Amino acid sequence: MKTRTRSLTYREALNEALHEEMERDKNVFVYGIDVGDHNRIFNSTKGLVEKFGRHRCFSTPLCEDTLVGFGLGAAINGLRPVNIHMRVDFLLLAMNQLLNMVASYRYGTGDKLKVPMVIRAIIGRGWGQSYQHSKSLQSYFAHIPGLKVIMPTTPADAKGLLKSAIRDDGPVIFIEHRWLYDAVEEVPISQEPINIGESRILRAGTDITVVGTSWMNIEALKAAEILAKQGISIEIVDPRTISPLDDSLIVKSVIKTGHCIVADFDWINCGFSAEISARINEKCFGKLKSPVQRIGFAETHCPCTRPLENLFYPTAIDMIRAVEKKLGLHKTDLSKENFYSYENKFRGPF
Amino acid sequence: MASQAILKRNLAFYNKLCLIREAEKAIIRHYGENEMKTPMHMSLGAEAIAVGVCEALNKKGQILCSYRSHAVYLANTNETNIFFGELYGKSTGMAKGRAGSMHLSSPETNFLGSSAIVASTLPVAIGAAYANKIRSTGKIVCVFFGDGAVDEGAFWESLNMACLMKLPVLFVCEDNGYAVHNPATERHGYDSITKIVQKFKCNVFESSSTDVQQIYTLTRQALSTMRRTHQPSFLHLKYYRYLQHVGINEDFSSGYRSRDEFEVWLKSDPIEIQRKKLKKIGVTEKQLRSLENRIKDRIEKSIQLAKSAPFPSQEDLYERRPGA
Repeated sequence: MKTRTRSLTYREALNEALHEEMERDKNVFVYGIDVGDHNRIFNSTKGLVEKFGRHRCFSTPLCEDTLVGFGLGAAINGLRPVNIHMRVDFLLLAMNQLLNMVASYRYGTGDKLKVPMVIRAIIGRGWGQSYQHSKSLQSYFAHIPGLKVIMPTTPADAKGLLKSAIRDDGPVIFIEHRWLYDAVEEVPISQEPINIGESRILRAGTDITVVGTSWMNIEALKAAEILAKQGISIEIVDPRTISPLDDSLIVKSVIKTGHCIVADFDWINCGFSAEISARINEKCFGKLKSPVQRIGFAETHCPCTRPLENLFYPTAIDMIRAVEKKLGLHKTDLSKENFYSYENKFRGPF
Repeated sequence: MASQAILKRNLAFYNKLCLIREAEKAIIRHYGENEMKTPMHMSLGAEAIAVGVCEALNKKGQILCSYRSHAVYLANTNETNIFFGELYGKSTGMAKGRAGSMHLSSPETNFLGSSAIVASTLPVAIGAAYANKIRSTGKIVCVFFGDGAVDEGAFWESLNMACLMKLPVLFVCEDNGYAVHNPATERHGYDSITKIVQKFKCNVFESSSTDVQQIYTLTRQALSTMRRTHQPSFLHLKYYRYLQHVGINEDFSSGYRSRDEFEVWLKSDPIEIQRKKLKKIGVTEKQLRSLENRIKDRIEKSIQLAKSAPFPSQEDLYERRPGA
């Protein structure tokens, strides 16, 4: 029997996951700076105040570190907090609670106190965000044992993984790209939770493997579509969960193709792409036909002005050029291609 | 002649004060053996605060505190086997030796944990209090912290949120006047912690007493005011840290504080005050000695038990989850 689906945006998927989980479990509550205001975190928390009341969805004072510790206290005392940060950059103010407290609390109490807590953090790009509203930080969090880190790309994954994150005995950091909020996908009417720690083949292929995170998968899909016209078959693997990382699909794919490009939505130096590259080195050494290539942000700060910002972020074009180089192809004429333009789709403000 | 109830209460106080003092003295005696390999932040001088507050909290209070946690742990649990098990890094400790002296906890008896980062349990306390409030558990959360924590942003953030959200939290500032070696005068751009906290929607109480009964009474008053006003309460309690910031030695020759200062406080040593009080209400020297010896024996037995206990298994290096 075919699963019944309907078209859902990423934003709606997040919103539905929250509604469904809050209905299912009265211990779930959502809080953070501006969570309950009229904008409702880009509408991802729409309807929660009205349906569940201000004690289960509320705005708070501006104190990120204390907000994360607050969630820890609520979690060890029987609740399931979802704490939202409108920019992942703001979580830098909460690193003490995150790394010194939340990550190790269960361990330090001899496994007696669990921390079923979710931290949603939004990453983004464009519209002049500049260097304090544009970081990604997944490798920071993933470096610390005890924190689970998720970066869903598609609406179905966003819904299924957020449901799992809320039900998990945590703690879980859930990173959402702002540009993905308008992504649309057919999502099952009753989307089941998706297991944390399972990667996914986003597009099957045979010639080269691309491992992408978050928005970079959208760029990878575009690159794959263009290269397919000349018979190049790209396989895209989306880890979905950054930590704990399931590398089995990545390894299987690279053994098959012998080539790998890692496109992480982050800087390259000491980043998640280095982790993927190292795993491939450890597990696919003899099968590699070319060195693993990493694609990421330029090794500088994110500038505000558009011409410089264009140089900062990698795109489908960078991926196409990398594939051509790896496979010894001529440069594809891209002048007729229509690449993602946020001017056409996204007017801001963020 | 004191009533039975008063006698019983005072003996209970003394038992705990003595348990803490003797446990700390035992640590001092055995530390040089180099088997308790964990940084010790000793509680000598702070006993009356831990005992007075914990007795007043009773079973309705959940506790969080700082790394100077021995007194609070012992006042809350009244046990020494698990305590020394943890200090010796053995499988019999509450965290099987993962935590050590700076991260004691006892969730079974409502002691939710302690932390080695100054002020870091304050946010946790208000979150735990929020859970109690919306789950209507009737429990309150008591968080102990030193005056150094008041320098931290997390203190002000937590106080603000607790007052704003009317959370059932009892803040207990154990003020020994020094953050490590730095006196309040070198750290405060204001005159009085109490006066500033009074500006918040919070019930503030202060005392310099080392008499456990007075701290007990003040805490009960703070708790009943909190229930009546539905606003948090704040206890600002002065005491003197007898030993160095970390370690088992005195440090009066290091220059930042004087033995004279200590001698003044020693005249009102919390254990001595309570001992004198018991004698005054009819407890004999012989009875006191016998009580003290029982405690000393109990502690020594716990130490021997900890010494002979096995270290944790290799699997305990990793977090254990059900089914894992």
